[in-house]
Amino acid sequence: MTALFGPSGCGKTTVLRCVAGLQRVADGYLAIDGEVWQDARSFRPVHRRAIGYVFQEPSLFAHLSVRSNLAYGLKRTRTAPVIGFDEVAALLGLGHLLDRAPAQLSGGERHRVAIGRALLSQPRLLLMDEPLSGLDTLAKQEILPYLERLHGSLSIPVLYVSHDIAEVERLADHLVLMASGRVQTEGPLMELQADPRLALARMRQTSVALAATVEAYDGEYGITTLAVDGGHLMVPGRFGQAGTTRRVLVAASDVSLSPQPPTDSSILNSLVCRIVEAERQDDLQMTVVLRLGLRGQGAGVLARITRKSWDRLNLGVGLQVYAQIKSVALIGAGAATDAPDARKTGQGTAPGPVRAGR
Amino acid sequence: MDDAIWQAVRLTLVLATTTTVVLLVLGTPLAWWLARPGGWWKEAVAAVVSLPLVLPPTVLGFYLLLMLGPNGPGGWIARSYGANTLAFTFEGLVIGSVIYSMPFVVQPLRNAFEAFGERPLEVAATLRAAPVDRFFSVAVPLARPGFLTGAVLGFAHTVGEFGVVLMVGGSIPGETKVLSVQIYDYVETLQWRQAHLIAGGMLVFSFLAILAMMVIDKRLRRRRH
Repeated sequence: MTALFGPSGCGKTTVLRCVAGLQRVADGYLAIDGEVWQDARSFRPVHRRAIGYVFQEPSLFAHLSVRSNLAYGLKRTRTAPVIGFDEVAALLGLGHLLDRAPAQLSGGERHRVAIGRALLSQPRLLLMDEPLSGLDTLAKQEILPYLERLHGSLSIPVLYVSHDIAEVERLADHLVLMASGRVQTEGPLMELQADPRLALARMRQTSVALAATVEAYDGEYGITTLAVDGGHLMVPGRFGQAGTTRRVLVAASDVSLSPQPPTDSSILNSLVCRIVEAERQDDLQMTVVLRLGLRGQGAGVLARITRKSWDRLNLGVGLQVYAQIKSVALIGAGAATDAPDARKTGQGTAPGPVRAGR
Repeated sequence: MDDAIWQAVRLTLVLATTTTVVLLVLGTPLAWWLARPGGWWKEAVAAVVSLPLVLPPTVLGFYLLLMLGPNGPGGWIARSYGANTLAFTFEGLVIGSVIYSMPFVVQPLRNAFEAFGERPLEVAATLRAAPVDRFFSVAVPLARPGFLTGAVLGFAHTVGEFGVVLMVGGSIPGETKVLSVQIYDYVETLQWRQAHLIAGGMLVFSFLAILAMMVIDKRLRRRRH
């Protein structure tokens, strides 16, 4: 999943509409998977492009039932369907809604139908234009697990437009940063988050997503050990079998630094790492980029510390330090598979990120 | 009731039905084209279509008479099948009615096509529907209230036309003598009873047509929201 991220009006939606063929820029060139869809001489019309488009508003056909809305694209595909009707209905929890009219659905349900309808048109590329922006927090929490599940179970590349970093952190693998009509930079999400020169790291609530693999579970204390590139994290709770991959989010404000290995602390996670960059945030704070591991070879993490601490501890680029991580949030594809169970047993209300730590 | 009235009723219904069908067939693509984004010349075409709303029916009828007559295009067409003129014929009356009632069908259709905007068509396109497919599977069903309004207004308006009919159709029983002309004849000849009968009947018909349209329209809209 590639996220196009940037402020409103920076041209994210225009990019998506051009890929879909809904909009045509003069002297544009577009090739998808080796097929040229637009160049100087040719322009493939929208209905001949194997895309699925989820608009910002669900835009269901008011004159058709949910079932007919879902089947609209499916009926019109030329190739044999790979994604089946029942599969999509199950994936998006639409089974009980099929005979309803769009007017009888809640906001979240409409969005799910719109996503299902796009999927059933058998796209080779799914385009999603802020599919959550019109929803309230509760409805967003309802859809996100479905999006994560989709990401996990279907192997369709997705171009996802958003101006909400929380969605991006949760869903995206690859990030394209846009501003005023241009691509500023692009790369793996986790790399860009840890780059202090980019706007992402300067945000107040900045965090970095890490790919983690479940390594062991300590039944006595109920602690799961997760392996990340360059170290291990311990988090309370059980998060799947060994080998399960999860995404964890480490907020810069939850990371504190110490030159010596801390001896007595209630904080479980103390990881050795190296300072690779540091940037003054404002008069008070510094944003420090760390790389996990003894030689600083692992994943990047950000720490937000005061300027006073930086000077008092005599910190500098290249030094080895210990990062104490107060808490990590588990998100990503795995969280969705747990969510329905959590709801059933009443352990959690909304399947949002699981905060774990201390 | 005398035969003259029945004959006029039958003729009026046939004329109004034919006109409505022709108008729906011609007016739908026209309204669709007008509803798409375009330049000022689209508004010029729309203005021409709307002319009968403001033009005195006798003016329209006068020009139609010239067009349909032996020296106009209508005359050439008539000669192709052995007649001399389209004026004072049922066919000529249909052509006149179509032009006269055109705005009453095209305008509601255009409004209906414009009401749902570009989005549903874009969605249909991304779901692999080709342009003609999009029109029939999305635009037409979504514009259903407009079709209903247009059909009822077009029909009722044709039933009620008088000036144009008199100019291009004259008053030939069974051929061009419709109800509105029949009333005029009765009043002129002081046959009040028959005039009352037709006038009252048309009043009731008009009321019922408008009422039915409003009720059905409300139903259709409620189902959507």
